[in-house]
Amino acid sequence: MSTRLSSGGRLLNKGKQISFAFNGKQFQGFEGDTLASALLANDQMLVGRSFKYHRPRGIVASGAEEPNALVGLGMGSKFEPNQRATTTELFDGLNCTSQNHWPSLEFDIGAINNKMARFLPAGFYYKTFMAPRAAWKHLFEPIVRQSAGLGAAPKDRDADRYEHYYAFFDVVVIGGGVAGLQSALAAAKAGAKVLLMEQTAHWGGRAPVDGGSIDGAPVDDFIAAALAELKGMENVTLRTRMMGSGVYDHGYMLGYERLTDHTPDMAGPRHRLWRIRAKQIVTATGAIERPLSFAGNDIPGVMLAGALRDYVVNYGVSAGDRVVVVTNNDDAYRTALALKEHGLEVPVLLDARPEGAGALADEARAAGIRVENGKAIAKVQGGKRVTGVAICNQSGEGAVLEEIAADAVAMSGGWSPVVHLWSHCGGKLTWDDAQAHFRPDNSRPPLGADGQGFVKVAGAANGEFGLNAIMADATAVGIAAAEAAGITAATKLAAPAAESAAEANPAAVWLMPQGAGPALRMKAFLDYQNDVKVSDVMLAAQEGYESVEHTKRYTTLGMATDQGKLSNINGLATLAHSLNVDIPQVGTTTFRPPYTPISLGAIAGEARDEIFQPLRRTPIHDWHEEQGAFFEPVGHWRRPYCFPRKGETHAQAVSREINQTREALGLLDASTLGKIIVKGPDAGKFLDMLYTNMMSTLKPGKCRYGLMCNENGFLVDDGVVARIDEDTFLCHTTTGGADRIHGHMEDWLQCEWWDWKVYTANVTEEYAQIAVVGPKAREVLEKLGGMDVSKEGLKFMEWADGELAGIPVRAYRISFSGELSYEIAVPASLGRALWDKLLEAGAEFNVMPYGTEALHVMRAEKGFIMIGDETDGTVIPQDLNMQWAISKKKEDFLGKRAQMRTHMADPNRWKLVGLETLDGSVLPDGAYVPAGGTNANGQRNTQGRVTSTYHSPTLGKGIAMALVHNGPDRMGEVLEIPGTDGKTYKARICDPVFYDKDGEKQNV
Amino acid sequence: MKRYSAFAIAREAARYHTGWERAWASPKPKKKYDVIIVGAGGHGLATAYYLGKNFGITNVAVLEKGWLGGGNTGRNTTIIRSNYLQDPSAAIYEKARSLYETMSQDLNYNVMFSPRGVIMLAQTEHEVRGYQRTAHANALQGVKTEFISPQKVKELVPIINLDGPRYPVLGGLWQERGGTARHDAVAWGYARACSQMGMDIIQKCEVTGVRNEGGKVVGVETNQGPIDCDKLGMVVAGHAGVLAEKAGFRLPIESLALQALVSEPIKPCMDVVVMANTVHGYMSQSDKGEMVIGGGTDGFNNYTQRGSYHHIEETVRALVETFPMVSRLKMLRQWGGIVDMTGDRSPILSKAPIDGIFVNCGWGTGGFKAIPGSGWAMAELMAKGHSPLAEDFGLNRFTEGRFIDESVAAGVAH
Amino acid sequence: MLILECPYCGVQCEETELHADGEAHLKRFGPGSSDDEFEGYLFRRENPKGVHFERWRHVNGCGKYFHAARCTATLEVFGTYSAQTLEPPKDLQDKISAKRPGWTWRELKGEG
Repeated sequence: MSTRLSSGGRLLNKGKQISFAFNGKQFQGFEGDTLASALLANDQMLVGRSFKYHRPRGIVASGAEEPNALVGLGMGSKFEPNQRATTTELFDGLNCTSQNHWPSLEFDIGAINNKMARFLPAGFYYKTFMAPRAAWKHLFEPIVRQSAGLGAAPKDRDADRYEHYYAFFDVVVIGGGVAGLQSALAAAKAGAKVLLMEQTAHWGGRAPVDGGSIDGAPVDDFIAAALAELKGMENVTLRTRMMGSGVYDHGYMLGYERLTDHTPDMAGPRHRLWRIRAKQIVTATGAIERPLSFAGNDIPGVMLAGALRDYVVNYGVSAGDRVVVVTNNDDAYRTALALKEHGLEVPVLLDARPEGAGALADEARAAGIRVENGKAIAKVQGGKRVTGVAICNQSGEGAVLEEIAADAVAMSGGWSPVVHLWSHCGGKLTWDDAQAHFRPDNSRPPLGADGQGFVKVAGAANGEFGLNAIMADATAVGIAAAEAAGITAATKLAAPAAESAAEANPAAVWLMPQGAGPALRMKAFLDYQNDVKVSDVMLAAQEGYESVEHTKRYTTLGMATDQGKLSNINGLATLAHSLNVDIPQVGTTTFRPPYTPISLGAIAGEARDEIFQPLRRTPIHDWHEEQGAFFEPVGHWRRPYCFPRKGETHAQAVSREINQTREALGLLDASTLGKIIVKGPDAGKFLDMLYTNMMSTLKPGKCRYGLMCNENGFLVDDGVVARIDEDTFLCHTTTGGADRIHGHMEDWLQCEWWDWKVYTANVTEEYAQIAVVGPKAREVLEKLGGMDVSKEGLKFMEWADGELAGIPVRAYRISFSGELSYEIAVPASLGRALWDKLLEAGAEFNVMPYGTEALHVMRAEKGFIMIGDETDGTVIPQDLNMQWAISKKKEDFLGKRAQMRTHMADPNRWKLVGLETLDGSVLPDGAYVPAGGTNANGQRNTQGRVTSTYHSPTLGKGIAMALVHNGPDRMGEVLEIPGTDGKTYKARICDPVFYDKDGEKQNV
Repeated sequence: MKRYSAFAIAREAARYHTGWERAWASPKPKKKYDVIIVGAGGHGLATAYYLGKNFGITNVAVLEKGWLGGGNTGRNTTIIRSNYLQDPSAAIYEKARSLYETMSQDLNYNVMFSPRGVIMLAQTEHEVRGYQRTAHANALQGVKTEFISPQKVKELVPIINLDGPRYPVLGGLWQERGGTARHDAVAWGYARACSQMGMDIIQKCEVTGVRNEGGKVVGVETNQGPIDCDKLGMVVAGHAGVLAEKAGFRLPIESLALQALVSEPIKPCMDVVVMANTVHGYMSQSDKGEMVIGGGTDGFNNYTQRGSYHHIEETVRALVETFPMVSRLKMLRQWGGIVDMTGDRSPILSKAPIDGIFVNCGWGTGGFKAIPGSGWAMAELMAKGHSPLAEDFGLNRFTEGRFIDESVAAGVAH
Repeated sequence: MLILECPYCGVQCEETELHADGEAHLKRFGPGSSDDEFEGYLFRRENPKGVHFERWRHVNGCGKYFHAARCTATLEVFGTYSAQTLEPPKDLQDKISAKRPGWTWRELKGEG
């Protein structure tokens, strides 16, 4: 059984006991435990069920590579599925549950799949569940989905918050083991600004567990000294519990700092996502041990040898009393020795290599450990935990030589450098035959903006495994990184002398025993979480899924939450073996960020709810809010849609606002309207190119409505242009168009007509603009007093600077409603003041502010087009019968050439008309007008569509605008328009100007 | 080749699955084919399949520079829908969707088409009108869609937050028979069926040149030697421009990177596909339980197929806002694909300027859902010289100004 | 997340400060041009897997458009320069030719 030892536990504070719950059972652990070590200390070997077969799963590893020990952590709004127990620090009151089983972890109905495993090989679902046709969606898929999926879905809104942090460094070192510490030290001493991050809570990495000495002293001494020195340097930032998540283009990288996961009650954000620009990145990310592929290698109690050693040394926990060690390399001997040292029994160490190991083997034998060379595991016995091991020759087919009782197995298939971060942005790998692993090819690094490499690798991540070699490599890489960041060291840090046991080369052992037959291969697991076995990869190869990507996708190898940290190399070696090619020929799958999964909350950061996106407010926005306006989002603005009063529906509010405006006085906050100043001797010439009509002939003091097309001929914006003086124009754009049109102007000015003398400025937010609309508009302005707004003093389509109620204003006499109307622009800071004064002065006329919907209805009543309604990016001015706004005199303007193309000049294009329903009802929005028959693809032919449709309170009936084939020639014709509501509407084609055709109301 | 079935699995289980044949053969190229298709992605393989199935043309080679299905077919977010606004788009996507309905049976390969339904959320008044317009158009096009209320949205997607303070859900365009399929299986299923018809799928075969004589195509140069053909189909998505350049003409295409990600798998919590175009995010849950999330395209030409970050952030932020519970899920993996964008963001299915060459590209961010329809139309175009489904997607539309613009109804994302 | 140096304000811009705007050095064809010329100008863009000249705007910065020479296969940036030019500066052309042997700047088609 697994248990707490009296010795070991260098990371524990045995003075502080912690209680926690697993599946409702109360357990005790110590401060410093991980959830995994604490579970083992409580003899909780079984921690979960696998994805496909629901096989019993125990803890395999001690770090980020763990595929099995995933739990649902926390409750309610703090619940999180799929938390890795090996990287979860224990805290008081921790509450977790195991996953993917029903009704219980011990007894799981889903494990029937395990009994059926033979019928469920890789890709079985591609070959069946096809009949009857509806059965996939309604029968098979729900079963598949329910049995897959691992953790439960969180139900509640996340109670935690997250933040982002921006940082810039010369050198970022990822990994706080001895290599990382030394690289950081070397770079920092050279003068570089350095960030060193470590994903766990502890510095030093594996070295303190593995042993050896640096400068003649224990590794721990070096770590303490290096840390002390780094902490004392102003140019160094140190972070634990921070993972290098991803390396992106041009030295961008993400650091994922877990601030309160280990103490959830602490105030502050849970995760902090560092968005880092690094001139150079050093990955000192160490190596990950590989499992060995033998039958029963997934039974709880079979663990990585290094992990077993970690649990004993770091946490004082043994996975079993009798541990069989099986290996293809020297490192596992350290585990055997550590177990022995802590009083545990190692009945046998099986070394698959016929020749055996280096110095560590002698030590092991000296410690009384039985070492068997050329031997392997034929089969692990046991169900929910290991009960014994059957031994065979590695070179054979698995004939059992001996059976040994054991309650745990320590396996080591060799170590693979952690090359993920190196690879994210294109770093290439090379196969090291001697070490049997892929390591970074330092001649082909990820390339930065300058075409030079920006990632370097230090230590074990670089394929260096002897402590002395690691320290030398780390020192050199740290100095080189600083240099590559443009910092040359005055004095270069010397590498310390380090010593560790000399090791013999590992042997490439991809299947155990070498000749294992199908029965054994079906029990030899590669991917523990996704239940991918050696037999599955061989089947994929047999069926022609030969590319490593095909095999991965066909078998799901390496696609689980651990992203194949344990399984990838073994899997592709198995594939290479099956295809009878070398491993490098098969290649690896692509490593994608993140290194281990990061919370979506951290990615979203603070941007939630109200501040989900930037909010643009007009100077009058607060007033709208105070009035309880109903808002609609328009770009990043929120504009009042209407101002409903108590008991009013929105439709009633809109009607009231329109009626009052038409009868007396309405106010519109038009501040969101785009306002762009175009100035310079060539301003007129420039606007002639930008607008379809002529702007250069506009006289100062006058306004002109203009249409703007893109170079492709389509209408993109419209608005009133005012000529301020000979050199200056002010162009109004649509609310959504201001930034876009300003960019459009700058584009042409900077990239095409750069010799023209024109400047532009987007002054949209510098001015508040209020539309004062209705028969009483002049009266209310005159009441405010200060300037001449009379019929003669300020004619229709004129503007004037002046003063109203003591406020400096620019008044435009323009109308988008058909009423007598002034748009008053004032400096933004005075917008609210003018608004308040207008409300005060307008009280006697029962002034009402109106919203965007009233604006839309009133413009439709007048037959004015709206960009985005009558236009949609496919409409040209000619479609809208706006030839009057297209200059015939101009040789060129943007869109002119485009509008000459055959389809644009086609007389059969749909044209703008009005529609009035015969019964006064409102046509459905977006309805199409069918024509007879169907097209070659069986779709009904159409002859037009509704572009805007409203109930007009002014006219008391439904009105609409539409684009109709030959529309203007078909006045009076009745069209039948089907709605999606099952009704067919009848509407008569009419003039789109429904109200005050002669403009008598606005020209007063 | 043996049929796939539950019985076949049982039979093979008895002998440890040693009897399964290759799903597709691995032949050496012949000297000449009637038709060469360049690109063994979904579209290329589907083209070959329908050439054989509908027109009896089976002397066909499909050349693939990498591994079949390794481009965008294996990198997309697997959404299938046909609720397009413009007639030509609705026609080809609906053809595709209807072929997906029976694809597993047609190919004897379970592609796991799951008609779980697709909702496109309307979160502004403008989007409401746009989707109502699409619903009207779809009704006349024979595409079954419906504009639904926020309450109906909530019933279909219990995890959604209707009342986000910035972009409340105002309704949605619902296509009940839209859904998802297993993307790799589509390529594999077609490949197996093509191989079964005697076609040659040749992987790791890169086309290095296109040979013309007298303005007519006669063959290609490849890293496995020259191969002759009478007709050549170019179906290479993101690399369409590069291949066209080798043939000596230029396409109205730009290649951009599209970003996507998946979360860790969780138990089923969302049964439909949800697309939120205003806030730029879309999400579905795969049969494995992963939340599959699509992001935006980088604005610049990019052939790297790498994940970049800031689009991911924008997308995730939108999804956390729309589905607050996803905040405590974790991103498992992010990646990028190369998408080929045309001037109107609609595809090209066209004769090329060189006789005998046909081009199928420009599917942008929405190619997966089109695969069977695209292959169907392309096969017809190549066999007969014209196809009603392909008619409006010709290259000449850019000269004539006759665009097929789907961004009109705000349905820009796929 | 690219970094490009804005040649106007000298800032090393994050990609998020910038707006990419497609191919640079386009020759505009207006009224009087043939259908083919006009279509070529509007739609048939260079789309190389390799050296590409493109327009960027420092939109969340100084607002200026500038040109960049960039490799679309590796994302290496060879240089940025003023948008008010008809072709890349000679020293930049030489630099690219040195880094990508065989590469030469095209003849500006129909440039008057």
